[in-house]
Amino acid sequence: MTSLPDLVPAYPELFLAAAGMLFLMIGVFRKTDSTGLLTWLSVLAMIVAAGLIWTAPQEQVKTFSGMFITNGFTAFAKILTLAGAAISLLLINSWVHKEQIARFELPIIVLFATLGMLMMISANDFIALYVGLELQSLALYVLAAYHRNNLRSTEAGVKYFVLGALASGLLLYGASLIYGFGGTTSFDGLATAMAAAPEGSVGVVIGIVFVIAGMAFKVSAVPFHMWTPDVYEGAPTPITAFFSVAPKVAALSLFLSVLAGPFAPLIGQWQQVVIFISVISMAWGAVAAIGQNNIKRLMAYSSIGHVGYALIGLAVGTTEGAGGMLFYMLVYIFMNLGTFAVILAMRVKGRAVEDIKDLAGIGKTNPGIALALATLMFSMAGIPPLAGFLAKYFIFLAAINSGLVGVAVFGLLASVIGAFYYMRLIKIMYFDASVDALDKPDGITGLVMFACSVIVLVLFFVAGPFVNGADAAAKALFLS
Amino acid sequence: MIVASLAFYLFAFIAVVSALNVIFQRNPVHSVLWLILTFFNAAGLFVLLGAEFLAMLLVVVYVGAVAVLFLFVVMMLDINITMIREGFMKYLPVGAFIGIVLLVELALVYGGWVMSPQAEALRLAPTPDITQIDNTEALGRIMYTQYVYVFQAAGLVLLVAMIGSIVLTLRRRPGVRKQNISTQVNRRKEDTVEVVKAPVGKGIA
Repeated sequence: MTSLPDLVPAYPELFLAAAGMLFLMIGVFRKTDSTGLLTWLSVLAMIVAAGLIWTAPQEQVKTFSGMFITNGFTAFAKILTLAGAAISLLLINSWVHKEQIARFELPIIVLFATLGMLMMISANDFIALYVGLELQSLALYVLAAYHRNNLRSTEAGVKYFVLGALASGLLLYGASLIYGFGGTTSFDGLATAMAAAPEGSVGVVIGIVFVIAGMAFKVSAVPFHMWTPDVYEGAPTPITAFFSVAPKVAALSLFLSVLAGPFAPLIGQWQQVVIFISVISMAWGAVAAIGQNNIKRLMAYSSIGHVGYALIGLAVGTTEGAGGMLFYMLVYIFMNLGTFAVILAMRVKGRAVEDIKDLAGIGKTNPGIALALATLMFSMAGIPPLAGFLAKYFIFLAAINSGLVGVAVFGLLASVIGAFYYMRLIKIMYFDASVDALDKPDGITGLVMFACSVIVLVLFFVAGPFVNGADAAAKALFLS
Repeated sequence: MIVASLAFYLFAFIAVVSALNVIFQRNPVHSVLWLILTFFNAAGLFVLLGAEFLAMLLVVVYVGAVAVLFLFVVMMLDINITMIREGFMKYLPVGAFIGIVLLVELALVYGGWVMSPQAEALRLAPTPDITQIDNTEALGRIMYTQYVYVFQAAGLVLLVAMIGSIVLTLRRRPGVRKQNISTQVNRRKEDTVEVVKAPVGKGIA
């Protein structure tokens, strides 16, 4: 008889799954509205899960017949994902109560989406990868359409669902071609098969391209980005904040662990594809954002650009590049959460506004919000002394060190173009005439805004341990 | 083996013809009925391959549940099929062109197909000898052991799907009269029935 699988490495995931189901029971059987209670419990569950990951041993462990893997890399990516999810959950909670669309299922869906992300990060097999990805995506489709009486929100949900299903199909088709070549879906098995045939065959290369296309959709890299502005604009704002951090971190880690894992020997085949995706994402993210007047659409293009920069770290295909990418994601989630907290604070007389003209003159009327947004925008543009500069610096350095000078130069140019629209927001805030003052933000939103802008400032000066942590995580990935 | 070949061509032919009919029927109810026929023939093909468990699943799950659900949806929602078909001819050339290009590309891939030399050794769960163990039992043996992780994770996906559909569709309508059994049981004759003496010829005011 076969023995039970080793459950210890999967404790954080098991804990989150059990907590999710328990919270569901609480929500169903409690008579009063439990959205607030369940939000705080879910945040607590995420903190506990992060604690379990933090205290677990860092060496590599595989379980469930090699389908599930944990090491330093997965630990880093998971803690990042959990941090992004927990902070956005707090933002979601204060928003839904203001808009009076609170329902207790919301924190539970976010919890299950996060669980799916952790499973994606830990996947060591194409089947496990796909199941984790679907758990995440399905929850995200529901979240996009959550505000179901709002036409925009339902439209966002349908668009996301149809295109997401197509992307999942592409990914599965690619996985099936790879399975046809290697005879296995396990990453360990595929690694041996790929190492034996480093030039690859036509079938396996096409399979990898399909898999890359599917994952590029999930991280919203050009040319698979079309859904992003519509979904970001349509979905309720704090849910957009969640979309722009946690799934991005998880999907980029997945990108890294698939391509730098079993397909590392085939770097000659996939590197050019990733370079192409990364370069046009940076370019399109910078250029297309210029004409946007809705701040959520602007953030959508901004996140497309940021994914482009992060993908340089993958294209490089070295430990240094992977470390740079992880550090970039660390900085990115704080910049994005801070900016979305500002967008959530954009309320005039109790009504949410999202046009960038509504920011006019808040430098005088709401100096606190304006200062926070200015800090975050300077950081996104990559101007020292803010963490956004360091993030871009490490990525470009990794590219130059491994001979991709052209990509680095292009990235620099794109970030100069991108700086234009970040600066434009600052100009509108400080130099345009005020229309309406914004309402005072609520406690949580204000706190997130303040904390994130402080973090991007402080991270520049105490980056050492975090950079080392990202590098150690990247080393763990390349050892496996 | 002539019987097996004949059976294969019979099943395959009917499957293709009925699949085409699914697309070309004007009446969606007829489409669903053709779809059921397609499923039955695909199940027949599975039996020929020696995968009787999959054949059973196809009939039970797809015919028994999915197709019948489709039928209900089609009959309940009054879908205007001519409106959906409106853009069909307009997009047909482009769609057909892309389809043909993809098909040619895939044919090229198939032509140049190579398998990894290790593929044979790397198989995770090779099909066991069918004379020793039938495939329902073989599947049962790995489902809860080797693949327990994805099996349970798939259960979570279904849970999220269920929560999601409730979140997106359940509405609490005000003013709905619901049955409350305890008030019904506790209702007394004295609360509702009033006995009034009606004087002859006068009625009740």
